[in-house]
Amino acid sequence: MPLLKDGKLTDDPFVYVDGDAEIPADRAIIVPLARWKSDRDALRGRSAGLGVRLKSDESPAEIADDLDSLAVVALDFPVFKDGRSYSSARLLRERYGYQGEVRAVGDVGLEQLHFMQRAGFDAFEIDSDDPEKDWQTAQGDVSIWYQPTGDGRPTVAQQRKS
Amino acid sequence: MYRYDEYDREFVEQRAKQFARQVERRLAGELSEEQFLPLRLMNGLYLQLHAYMLRINVPYGCLNTTQLRKLAHIARVYDKGYGHWTTRQNMQFNWIKLDDMPEILLELASVEMHGIQSSGNCIRNITADEYAGVAADELEDPRVYCELLRQWSSLHPEFSFLPRKFKIAITGARHDRAAVLAHDIGLRLHENDSGESGFEVFVGGGLGRTPFVGKSIRDFVATRDILAYCEAVLRVYNQLGRRDNKFKARIKILVHEMGAAAFAELVEKEYEFIKDGALELAKEEVERIRMHFAPPAYESLPDVSPALESQKAEDTAFATWCKNQLAAHKQPGYAIVNISCTPIGKPPGDIACDQMEALADLADEFNFGELRVTHNQNLVFTDIRKQDLHALWQKLVPLGLSTPNHGLITDTICCPGLDYCALANARSIPLAEKISERFADQERQEEIGEIYLNLSGCINACGHHHVGHIGIVGVDKKNSELYQLMLGGSADENASLGKILGPGFDEDGIVNAVEKVVDTYLEIREEGEKFIDTYRRVGPGPFKENVYRAPA
Ligand code: SF4
Repeated sequence: MPLLKDGKLTDDPFVYVDGDAEIPADRAIIVPLARWKSDRDALRGRSAGLGVRLKSDESPAEIADDLDSLAVVALDFPVFKDGRSYSSARLLRERYGYQGEVRAVGDVGLEQLHFMQRAGFDAFEIDSDDPEKDWQTAQGDVSIWYQPTGDGRPTVAQQRKS
Repeated sequence: MYRYDEYDREFVEQRAKQFARQVERRLAGELSEEQFLPLRLMNGLYLQLHAYMLRINVPYGCLNTTQLRKLAHIARVYDKGYGHWTTRQNMQFNWIKLDDMPEILLELASVEMHGIQSSGNCIRNITADEYAGVAADELEDPRVYCELLRQWSSLHPEFSFLPRKFKIAITGARHDRAAVLAHDIGLRLHENDSGESGFEVFVGGGLGRTPFVGKSIRDFVATRDILAYCEAVLRVYNQLGRRDNKFKARIKILVHEMGAAAFAELVEKEYEFIKDGALELAKEEVERIRMHFAPPAYESLPDVSPALESQKAEDTAFATWCKNQLAAHKQPGYAIVNISCTPIGKPPGDIACDQMEALADLADEFNFGELRVTHNQNLVFTDIRKQDLHALWQKLVPLGLSTPNHGLITDTICCPGLDYCALANARSIPLAEKISERFADQERQEEIGEIYLNLSGCINACGHHHVGHIGIVGVDKKNSELYQLMLGGSADENASLGKILGPGFDEDGIVNAVEKVVDTYLEIREEGEKFIDTYRRVGPGPFKENVYRAPA
């Protein structure tokens, strides 16, 4: 799946390690939460990059204390209409102050990009022929926001004041 | 009422263009119907039995005459010449073509209207007391907070993909006309002991298959904190609400399954983090919005109008209309006027484009250019000088908008039912019409007094049957239409859910049963008792006995 990061297509340095699969040496990996919980110390000892993938029903509170060790948190959208990971992203950014990559994975497409960006996602595994064009379209779609979120964009109320 | 500024205008225009792009992608096959579905729902477009249905928000029921004329225009050009008021104070068009949508949205945007979030699993149009700002029993105007919540909830980046739809209602009056206990979040404005204004918060009310009355989870949230508190409620719900079963996905099920106290605790925890943050309402912004709801330029008038009194004395039809359609106004010399869109034997809540245009003219002439939509699918003129009532009434009569049945048994709430709705088990509009004809006699209706009769075509309860004093719901029995009868529901501050009286009826049977219920009430009521009072005093027993007694 192409990875769109900060609006540009990039090579994804990370590979997913599912279930109990063997951990490749010297590769940046993303593991499921269960694996992280069971192998935390061993995983921490590696030098290559590390990420955790949360399913939409797994709370970021589970990794709140580990965020310093994580370069990526991947949040899952099993289906378009499952909106739990928007909350997870905001909590990661706004509650736990996470600065690393927050990546949207699963059923991710153009029409969700603006919501995701505002919730705190900065990387997207997007199902599209032309992700960069989608990104441009999404940026051009909207410039007015009513809600304050952690991305710091000025809301309408703030703009009215200034 | 609230008028858009440049930001609001830009927002709606951008969204209209965005949807035009999405429609294009759909028509070009770039989006599957499955992907397109939530997008069109987010813009108010449903696929019904025969055509697309477009629902247009009327924010907390407030409408100006430019907007009403635009709705008339859309009805005429893009629909079959009429529209339909919904129980969420919105307008619904039932015969819309997908290709016309982009154009319709631009037309709507030009008068500060849209269909954003009128459907889909998001925060829906916020509803309020239809007498907001003018009711004699009001403590504070809830529209200010409706508007703040409307803006906060508009395409919220976190809450646009909730487990299920989410409905918020606000009342600022002693008597609850907004049915706040039947909402996902219900807010009741009141003052605390130190004279500060804030909200009591109810959650988990709602109708549908599993009806619940909302539970109070906090007695007082200061008004400046209301967005933060709602965000806390929504965040808990977004994370924990059930997504495995569409029928268990509303917040009422979550609150019921975990218990209101446990739910409240989670909300409090979340609220602790959010409170005093970016969502705290700035005074200037609240005041800016409050300005939009400043009272119109009332004249100072004596409260009693001698002209009105003599007109009533001379014209009994007018007197009857006044007796039933007027409500007490804050301002001496003015009246609140209910305009029935539920005439005898006609579909409740329907309105033709000619009627809309004529009403717009009347609102310009008599009512400062504004009007309200009610959750009972009627309209309200909020600011009529008492001395103008007769002139207004004379103009309503030829329009078919002078039916004096406000709060009476023929003023039914009714969902679209099998005539339009793909989910229906039974027709509801024709039944509402039949019942209305049965009770057409004005004297008899008034003799019966206040009865809310609510009718839904299936258990989804869009016609609010659980909270009707008399509720009727269509059920599916071996492919024939069957109706069940419920008694004892109520949607006000003493909300209760109706109980099924007994076995169901066919269409004629249910009309007869309603009549027997009413006759029983007339027989056994005590001095001054309304129907609901009598039912609460005696319970279902006497009604049941009469309704199901074998014919002699
Ligand atoms: S109550 Fe049922 S029949 Fe009536 S509109 Fe709702 S879903 Fe359709």
